[in-house]
Amino acid sequence: MSDFKRIIVKRKRQDFIFNIIGIVCTLVGILTLGALLADLLIDGLARINWVFLTSFPSRFAERAGILSSWVGTLLIMLVTAFTAVPLGVSAGIYLEEYARKNWVTNLIEINIANLAGVPSIIYGLMALGLLVYQFRLGQSVLTGGLTLAFLILPIVIVATREALRTIPQGIREAAYALGSTKWQVVRHHLLPYSLGGTMTGIIIALSRAIGETAPLITIGALTFIAFLPPPPIKTQPPFLSFEWLWSPFAVLPIQMFNWVSRPDQDFVVNAAAAGLVLIVVTLLLNAIAILIRYRVRKRIKW
Amino acid sequence: MDEIPALQHPVAAAADLETGPAPAPTPSATKRLSHIKERFIEALLFLAAFSSVVITVGIVGTLLYESSSFFTHVSLKEFLTGTLWTPLFASPRFGILPLVTGTLVTTGVALAVALPIGTVVAIYLSEFAPSAVREIIKPALELLSAVPTVVYGYFALQFMSPLLQKLIPGLPTFNMLSAGVVMGIMIIPYVSSLSEDAMRAVPMSLREGAYAMGANRIITALKVVYPAALSGIVASYILAISRAIGETMIVAIAAGMQPNLTLDPREPAATITAFIVQVSLGDLPHGSIGYQSIFAAGVTLFIMTLIFNILGYILRKRFREVY
Repeated sequence: MSDFKRIIVKRKRQDFIFNIIGIVCTLVGILTLGALLADLLIDGLARINWVFLTSFPSRFAERAGILSSWVGTLLIMLVTAFTAVPLGVSAGIYLEEYARKNWVTNLIEINIANLAGVPSIIYGLMALGLLVYQFRLGQSVLTGGLTLAFLILPIVIVATREALRTIPQGIREAAYALGSTKWQVVRHHLLPYSLGGTMTGIIIALSRAIGETAPLITIGALTFIAFLPPPPIKTQPPFLSFEWLWSPFAVLPIQMFNWVSRPDQDFVVNAAAAGLVLIVVTLLLNAIAILIRYRVRKRIKW
Repeated sequence: MDEIPALQHPVAAAADLETGPAPAPTPSATKRLSHIKERFIEALLFLAAFSSVVITVGIVGTLLYESSSFFTHVSLKEFLTGTLWTPLFASPRFGILPLVTGTLVTTGVALAVALPIGTVVAIYLSEFAPSAVREIIKPALELLSAVPTVVYGYFALQFMSPLLQKLIPGLPTFNMLSAGVVMGIMIIPYVSSLSEDAMRAVPMSLREGAYAMGANRIITALKVVYPAALSGIVASYILAISRAIGETMIVAIAAGMQPNLTLDPREPAATITAFIVQVSLGDLPHGSIGYQSIFAAGVTLFIMTLIFNILGYILRKRFREVY
């Protein structure tokens, strides 16, 4: 009997020990995230002010700012979103609702799974060879935006498909029974109901694109830009201008990279400040995505 | 799918009975028009889905096209077995080995951090943690992979490197160890989240069987749940490997950019990705051998990750456990 008790005590102790190990390992991740934020805050918070946000880069660390790079990031994201969202959502709808089971569908599915595993810098090489030199788009906002759009396309497609898959089959059948065509079912029922899940995926994908550095360096984004692209809105007709698409650009992560790799400590402070802006934007986007996911999950009861 | 138009008939007829036939366009004309519209939309959606294949063709085509002219200048033998990589020197040498060892060492360090920690976290979250804790910890850990990699590069150089220098005397500022460790922490959520999903998919009855035999939680987790979820867990490992091989900014910032044929993680070295970044930062003329060399390096990187992606795909298909 005492043997039996001893075994039970031993096994309980094993569980207890693993519990501790598990908590410690989890803390490694959480604490690193904390240390990262603290490190950036300590180094960079004091540097963030209005002048920093509204100045061009400069040879003097204390006068340098991130104006051209955050404008560049914003414009690139505009191109990326307007390309990746329609393309990715349409592809997701096709694969989930229209595609027949045949080899073409199979090919597309395997291909998307594989694309998701291609390193981002490879997309940069593709864009350099194809978009910059073959299609002669140059090292422009358009090229940068398209590159990142290709990069996040698999994420948008997968998110759209997962959102569509959660809609019960009964909704589709009910709509068909009332005489809807396929597109009417998609347009009036599936798209609205899957909006929450799709939006979550799109926001996460865009937050990933904002932080991407390597593919944009590869296509030859500049690190020192002391002008802004031409504005998209004009005072005389036709009021809209797309000249900014052809403009050279800098983006936040590249600006940060440029400052990190300098030996001068003052520039490292600038890098920390730029990193702080970058991380706040990405974490904010992720928080919004989590919030949407949470609310959608709560609201919908099939 | 072809039955649907047939189904619409009685419904449309019923609607006609109540409201009378529609005045202007005859029903058949509207139907034909809507049929054309449906077909058109389907074609558009198909093109969108097919664009992903076009992107892959673009990637493979560009890599092959640009590196093929590289390999007319450099023999495959020199490329694969040469131990010097100096493509921008006056007398360039093109042996990819130093870049490959740099990539393998940083990847190895990252995996030594990410695989054990990620697996333990997955077991803890799936088998031990109360569900309230899991609901908070899991998304919090996933934020680790949302942080831009350039910020991690900064962290590796400004925080991890000085920290490790205190532990290991004589460690240079730029070294593969700190880059690898930070990269490993970054990919923890890839391992932990996917492995945890796989373990939670294991049916409760398997655990209950083990408990009934007198096993405790940790034995159940290691001997029953872990093997049953192995396909998903291995898939997560492979994803982590392919992420680590392709990671660019952390190694470009913190591991140094000098090609260095060594297996010692304490030394600085360039990886394949860091080399591509380094060359892209300069202004190389299109068509020069230096320009082509980044595509040759890119092909090597692409093949390395492709092997792991295919391996992961096969493993997922093969080891799918049937309960």
